Amino acid sequence: MLKTVRERPSLQGLVLISPTMFWLIAFLLVPSALIVVISFGARGSYGNVVYTFKLDNYVRLVNAEYGHILWDSTWIALLTTVACILAGYPLAYFIARSHPTRRSLFMFLILVPFWTNFLIRIYAWMIILRGEGVLNAVMTWLGLMNTSLGQWLFSQVQLYTPGAVLVGMVYEFLPFMILPLYTSLEKLDPSLLEAAADLGARPWRAFLRVTLPLSLPGIIAGSILVFIPAMGMFVVPDLMGGAKTVLVGNLIRNQFFTARDWPFGSAASMVLMALTLVVTLIYTRTFGFGEELVP
Amino acid sequence: MNERERTRPGRWLTLYAIAAYLYIYLPIFFLVLFSFNTSKFSVAMQGLTLRWYGDLFNDKAIWQATTNTLIVAITSTIFSTIVGTAAAIGLHRYNFRGKGFSEATLYIPVIIPEVVMGIALLAFFGQVGLTLGLPTIIIAHIAFSIPFVVLTVRARLQGMDRSVEEAAMDLGANEVVTFWRITLPLIMPGVLSGALLAFTLSLDDYIITLFTAGPGSTTLPLRVFSMLKQAVTPKVNALSSLWILVILVALLLSQRLQPRRG
Repeated sequence: MLKTVRERPSLQGLVLISPTMFWLIAFLLVPSALIVVISFGARGSYGNVVYTFKLDNYVRLVNAEYGHILWDSTWIALLTTVACILAGYPLAYFIARSHPTRRSLFMFLILVPFWTNFLIRIYAWMIILRGEGVLNAVMTWLGLMNTSLGQWLFSQVQLYTPGAVLVGMVYEFLPFMILPLYTSLEKLDPSLLEAAADLGARPWRAFLRVTLPLSLPGIIAGSILVFIPAMGMFVVPDLMGGAKTVLVGNLIRNQFFTARDWPFGSAASMVLMALTLVVTLIYTRTFGFGEELVP
Repeated sequence: MNERERTRPGRWLTLYAIAAYLYIYLPIFFLVLFSFNTSKFSVAMQGLTLRWYGDLFNDKAIWQATTNTLIVAITSTIFSTIVGTAAAIGLHRYNFRGKGFSEATLYIPVIIPEVVMGIALLAFFGQVGLTLGLPTIIIAHIAFSIPFVVLTVRARLQGMDRSVEEAAMDLGANEVVTFWRITLPLIMPGVLSGALLAFTLSLDDYIITLFTAGPGSTTLPLRVFSMLKQAVTPKVNALSSLWILVILVALLLSQRLQPRRG
């Protein structure tokens, strides 16, 4: 037996990969297929699943009652992605351009919060954005809370508002953006910029014509790594958005735990997957595929 | 303007970077600071105390959750590292039927939103009649960790020089000996960082665990979440601070263990 395995290299590869494939097929592909089947079913009177073939759940999802949830989720995920690009790009650029001996320290500092638990990162912001939290105390101390502008600013990001959700999401996903951005910016050859400067390009123009296009794979990879988890996120809206912000992730969770309407929840997750795939595809088709998607 | 200066970050960029690092670290600073605060609710520091850490150590539920978390993380890391390393070698070395399918399947956990994977597993375990508990959490964690181990180990294999292995074989070592004495030590840094990644992903996971946990199998993230939903006390700060400390020490140690590159 061992001899035949050794003589045929193709079989060896198959043997090495089979435990992984078994695991992924049994606990990933089959469960996903089950969700597809359930999404066409109906809720029984005891919260059980009645297997039928109806499109009712999907029709319900695009109704006025739930349609805005899909819209809000896509919108918040896109806003988070754009905010991460805007906030992360200068920082990744700074790290890539700093002295080589300091780069690994700077990247290490980005990664430390990323390796700690994500609930802890959310909680840290809850302390800051609470009604009587750190931000309020600091703004009061600066005398800003006496002005209507200060009060308005605070009300925009105060805990349990959509603004707070956005702040939390950006903080949560920023490292996912910085990592691929840094990788593509670090590879960039400085002599290209020197050539651009020698040819008379001002720094800003050199950035737009040389640096930005060459770092595009990093931007795309980062956007995908931020957008996908942001689309399904329900913990940040749960803890920071109060009851006001319901995203598709919250909807799915509620259908499985409180409402016990599994077919409707399954249909919602199918639509979530479809939306994620469509937006990702449009994005990669428009800008080319991110080579640095591999973490 | 010399060459060095042209590419060095300018003043505004440096200022921005300082602001960005403050944005990243100030919330954590306050989190740790308030874990020593005598006042339960106020943001004003009224005095220093270790009371919240004491409360934490006397909390049986926290200890139970910690034990569960470690059982899940250690078991799923060992399993996914071994299985994932084998898969990485298989994919790197050999061509076989279904290779494209295998590679596509490995990307699924990266592109599926976690909540979808969670409900899919919940429905699946219900369908096959598996009672939710630690075993189901471990199964789920292995499923989402394997691809990350494969990707990490494969990256290491791609940078490896095969001639060393060929030399060993030429000198009469068989495949098994070559694997244990040459290949494994060479890819060990990749295997270790894959394991570290799997371990952290498991420690960190709330979403998939929420859907695959049963009564009595509460993990630390589940416990933290319910503490954040209920009355928040500085006990959460104490727990968070300890967690950050442990991760920091682990990261520093792993940096020490990694061979210096370039």
